[in-house]
Amino acid sequence: MHNFFFGIFPYIALGVGIMGSIARYDRDPFTWKTSSSQMLRRKQLVMGSILFHVGVLIIFFGHLIGLLTPIWIFDAIGISHGAKQLLAVVAGGIAGVMALVGGGMLFHRRWTDPRIRQTSSFWDIAILGMLLAQLVLGLLTIFVSLGHLDGHEMVKFMSWAQGIFTFDGAAASYIADVSWIFKLHLFLGLTIILVFPFTRLVHMLSVPVRYIWRPGYQVVRSRRQKPANPAE
Amino acid sequence: MKVRAQIGMVLNLDKCIGCHTCSVTCKNVWTSRDGVEYAWFNNVESKPGTGYPTDWENQARWNGGWERTKSGKLQPKQGSKWRILANIFANPDLPEIDDYYEPFDFDYDHLKSAPEMEAFPTARPRSKITGERIEKIEKGPNWEEILGGEFSKRGEDYNFEGIQKQIYGEYENTFMMYLPRLCEHCLNPACAASCPSGAIYKREEDGIVLIDQEKCRGWRMCVSGCPYKKVYYNWSTGKSEKCTLCYPRIESGNPTVCSETCVGRIRYLGVMLYDADKIEEAANAEATTDLYDAQLGVFLDPNDPEVIAAAARDGVPQDWIKAAQESPIWKMAMEWKVAFPLHPEYRTLPMVWYIPPLSPIQNAAEAGAIGTDGAMPDVKNLRIPVKYLANMLTAGDEAPVVTALERMLGMRAYMRSKTIEGVTDEGLAERVGLSGRTIEDMYKIMALADYEDRFVIPTTHREQVEDAYDLRGGCGFTDTNGCSGGTSKASLFGGAKKALKMPSEVM
Repeated sequence: MHNFFFGIFPYIALGVGIMGSIARYDRDPFTWKTSSSQMLRRKQLVMGSILFHVGVLIIFFGHLIGLLTPIWIFDAIGISHGAKQLLAVVAGGIAGVMALVGGGMLFHRRWTDPRIRQTSSFWDIAILGMLLAQLVLGLLTIFVSLGHLDGHEMVKFMSWAQGIFTFDGAAASYIADVSWIFKLHLFLGLTIILVFPFTRLVHMLSVPVRYIWRPGYQVVRSRRQKPANPAE
Repeated sequence: MKVRAQIGMVLNLDKCIGCHTCSVTCKNVWTSRDGVEYAWFNNVESKPGTGYPTDWENQARWNGGWERTKSGKLQPKQGSKWRILANIFANPDLPEIDDYYEPFDFDYDHLKSAPEMEAFPTARPRSKITGERIEKIEKGPNWEEILGGEFSKRGEDYNFEGIQKQIYGEYENTFMMYLPRLCEHCLNPACAASCPSGAIYKREEDGIVLIDQEKCRGWRMCVSGCPYKKVYYNWSTGKSEKCTLCYPRIESGNPTVCSETCVGRIRYLGVMLYDADKIEEAANAEATTDLYDAQLGVFLDPNDPEVIAAAARDGVPQDWIKAAQESPIWKMAMEWKVAFPLHPEYRTLPMVWYIPPLSPIQNAAEAGAIGTDGAMPDVKNLRIPVKYLANMLTAGDEAPVVTALERMLGMRAYMRSKTIEGVTDEGLAERVGLSGRTIEDMYKIMALADYEDRFVIPTTHREQVEDAYDLRGGCGFTDTNGCSGGTSKASLFGGAKKALKMPSEVM
């Protein structure tokens, strides 16, 4: 069972997440959107959305870098596991609280405001609930982590995550003895990746960075195949 | 010189009777769907009033349009690209739906299904968003219809800038006019510049500004970027929508629905040639009062052989050049100078222009003598203050508006003298800077306004741009995935994908 959840399920989740996103982008670009509800109700959104997004982005990149940077790089640049653990707990804790407060505001607004509630789809509410639960679990792990600040527990997760991406068949065994809170956190995280393409979360894949270097301010499209010939 | 063609529109406000036929036909065709019940691609406002959405003209509040920074750079008023991206999680300048109005319907069914009661059954309003009862409707798409509401509220009208407005709240001095509004299809669209996804584009062939529904991600910066508030966020699909200038009709040489159905025959459609290289310079004119003249400078004379040669070189088809030569827009905007852009100070170089309305002679009755300037009444005595019109149409510069009004009064006097007294008064024409012949042409186009004179629309050259073979069995106009062709070039499921020929970006 443990091997299924942490050895096989990650591949299912990543597979569905990646293939599903590509298929949705390709087959149904009309549904690819942020689904902003700011126009229907501004109240609670401005504060909630900013706190939530900033918090979640810090956490997201923290996990990405923290879990997937090869361990020898940390050793090479001389960051001890204990120091990294402390950084993760402090930065992750602050960002987690920000995201939880913001997300809580957004969830309250989505659940209680009749305009937003009526116009929400099942997944709009479900994914926000899942993210909040994930944030709570993530924050709870801090208390477990405080019990072993030397960072060796964290190395287990790094080995596991990197094992998954390097097709290490024994990846699941690295985290066999961690606290159940961590396991639940991992499972829910993988589930979020699994449902990702079916939710509004896909908008994070179209962060409009190209806007910055898009030439000029005008966007002009032509249906003419080529510039007309002067001789014509 | 880079010549491009643009379909422009002129609305002769002097003839608008405020019947809202344009709004209703537009609504029936384009926005009778979930999520855009509140949206009116075309609406008619009673002025003076704060309009729809409330106070839209006040850019100190909404930050729409463009601004010239202290260093002389042109940028969207809501901020540079970095600033727009920084506001992406919550757009501080986005109107709420209550700034338009909460869409509603009535319980009509109750009228026939109500049981026997002491009082007559009534159809009470219900929100179209939540489906819940609305006890009191606080706002609608035309809340200030025919000066509805108290002057203290309507008097917030931005166009009263620099006017002692109190006296216009008095019954004797009241004035009003109608202002039909739609997307301006600007030469320098602020919505397109604000769109982080690059989904809003201007078509090279006819200048129509459109939103690519498959590329729009709902970042909603265009809604706040447009100073005319004519981009609407569809709360159901999560995408922005706007007036399309009825491009399927325009492409086939037909006028837009609003123009076709206008009972007052106030709308004109025609081609304008312009120099795309001059846009930035014109939009960045230093003083806002220079913007009207700067925009005139962007247009190219379609009878100039040099322009014709350049237009042909830049791919403007011959029949479009010919249409530009016969364009009623060119005549009214450039030759007679009676039409003006709406709020040029937004620096968007709008392409829906307005002929200011004449109005009754102020104080004529109480003074017992009308202030006249020879045979013609003095435009300063018109009931609608010239300054008010100037604030709306020329960024406050009264001189061009005065000239236009005088020319319209001159046209009336000349034609009255000609048809009633049988005298052609060439001197009258000269006094307003025109010739008798020009005035008769004005009369034909502006007063008689035959269909063929109002709408000079060349058809699109589809044969040059589309492969009919690729379009066979196509889906026509759809905004669902009914016929999605996807956006990537390769097919997921093997083989080469047959892509529709979509417009490609040229800038």
